[in-house]
Amino acid sequence: MQRRHFLKNTMATGAVAMAAASGLLVPVQVLAWNKSGAFDAKDVNSAVKAAVGGSATASDKIKIKAPDIAENGAVVPVTISSTLKDVTSISILSEKNGTPLIAKFDLHGAEAFISTRIKMGKTSNIIAICESGGKAYKAHKEVKVTIGGCGG
Amino acid sequence: MAKKLIKARAKAKNGVITVKALFSHIMETGLRKDKKTGKKIPAHYIQEVNFEHNGKAVVNAEWGYAVSKNPYVSIKLPGAKGDTIKISWKDNKGATASTEVKSK
Repeated sequence: MQRRHFLKNTMATGAVAMAAASGLLVPVQVLAWNKSGAFDAKDVNSAVKAAVGGSATASDKIKIKAPDIAENGAVVPVTISSTLKDVTSISILSEKNGTPLIAKFDLHGAEAFISTRIKMGKTSNIIAICESGGKAYKAHKEVKVTIGGCGG
Repeated sequence: MAKKLIKARAKAKNGVITVKALFSHIMETGLRKDKKTGKKIPAHYIQEVNFEHNGKAVVNAEWGYAVSKNPYVSIKLPGAKGDTIKISWKDNKGATASTEVKSK
């Protein structure tokens, strides 16, 4: 299974795959992913702009459930839910990570609910962005991290 | 394959299916250094995650490297018992995995 996909990939992007195999090229870019460059953005504002195409207004209709203190920054459970109508995407950012954008979920008929676990470099705000009706809304919550989860 | 790459469960209650999935993946950031050689460990992480409900895409996610190792993700969608949920992911090296579960 994996080999077959590897071969397919090699044929499609031969040079890239070969460079990757020899460890020369890091990270390897996949074409459809990170189209807007949001995952490369180094600060929150540009990450938000690239992810949702503008700035976001604060909203109390977004709920972030995360621990106040995370002992291990490598595993911080985060649950985001919203009572906004017709939420089309949910993005998760950690303000002080090297590249703040962690994940973006595009929803097609699914409920405004995402639960996952993320890595945080140090104590900072978790920012949740929900897109609804063409507008972006945000909320944040501070999480204190005692051991960082990125690099080190 | 020795290890199951995706473990998933779906449960319907009051017209809402809650899907919980665990992926088996190293989620290497590309920022860590190998202590012996001092070289950076190449990034290796899941970039795309897709959920399908009865053959129709419901959630497409793009991930960066800051999702935890062996990622857990849970979503909710309208549906009923017996519906099929397909979950798949693709990482930055082109490896993929997918699985299907029937909602309970």
